[in-house]
Amino acid sequence: MPISIGRSLCIIVVVSLATFATRVLPFLLFPKGKEIPPLIRYLGIALPPAVIGMLVIYCLKAVNLLAYPHAAPELFAAAVVIVLHVWKRNNLLSIGAGTVLYMVLIQTVFV
Amino acid sequence: MEQRTKNRYAKAFRVAFPYTIPVLTGYLFIGTAFGVMFQEKGYNFLWAILMSVLVYAGSGQYLAVNFFVPGAGFWNIIFMTLMVNVRHMFYGLSLLERFGRMGKKRLYMIFSLTDETYSLLCTTKIPKGVPEDAFLFAIAFLDHLYWIAGSAIGAVAGAVLPLNAKGIDFAMTALFIVIFVEQWMAGGKRIPALIGLISTAALRVAFGMDRFVLPSMICILCCLVLGRAHIEKEAVLDAD
Repeated sequence: MPISIGRSLCIIVVVSLATFATRVLPFLLFPKGKEIPPLIRYLGIALPPAVIGMLVIYCLKAVNLLAYPHAAPELFAAAVVIVLHVWKRNNLLSIGAGTVLYMVLIQTVFV
Repeated sequence: MEQRTKNRYAKAFRVAFPYTIPVLTGYLFIGTAFGVMFQEKGYNFLWAILMSVLVYAGSGQYLAVNFFVPGAGFWNIIFMTLMVNVRHMFYGLSLLERFGRMGKKRLYMIFSLTDETYSLLCTTKIPKGVPEDAFLFAIAFLDHLYWIAGSAIGAVAGAVLPLNAKGIDFAMTALFIVIFVEQWMAGGKRIPALIGLISTAALRVAFGMDRFVLPSMICILCCLVLGRAHIEKEAVLDAD
């Protein structure tokens, strides 16, 4: 261990509290029992689909379009997930097949 | 009474489990990656478990591994952690009322609100015959267990793990793509879905991979507010 046990524990507690702070903020701004303003109620409904879109990109943030392999494994595997899912509507099949394909692509094809 | 509460939760966990399998796959492996990284710093599985129990954040914990060096300042640690988790500030807005109905479990639900749990909570229809609060709690708790298990495995197995698991973290990407497709096909929410996808992609290109999240969040908020009339109309039209 590069630093003392006490300091390590402190870091974990601090990171834990800072993480919790980001998650608890909306609940502090709009506590239980307080009327939720219509705009916030609207955002509560409109945000999830937008956030899912954001998370798709967030997961792919490390890809580099300009350098080899030009995001080909990611785009190809993502396309397979989409097609399989539209076709079969089976979560585990789409996710499983897409992930295995991606692993094969980055380990053997686009090395 | 005690027995009935037990049955209620046993059933909720049984029913919730299949919904969490994609997260199980993803968390076991990205949790493992965290355990390996932490172990390489000299922290054994007990430390990895402690951190995964108390912090419970994917990219947050990856980043945090770098804090365990001499001279890392606490203000710096707090600031970096807030920045990497800033997207979580959105999540509660969609769950204020549902968590408000969950009594003592409310605090744990807020604590355990990761990207994956949030996505499942917002998009899974509660199956018939299961109480909402027990079902939501089961999803959150199972996801947390997978994360803890993954990080413990990584810290124990460490260096002996086969390297050919490379790319398995695509399971998480695939999960979000599947949820995105599901929402798209259900209709009624396509405008906000496109706003999230396109503005984040554009700002990732503009700002680079380390500082695009906050601008994306601001852009999404502005677009949602400005497009409110259209978005609400779309929701109503598709509901008919």
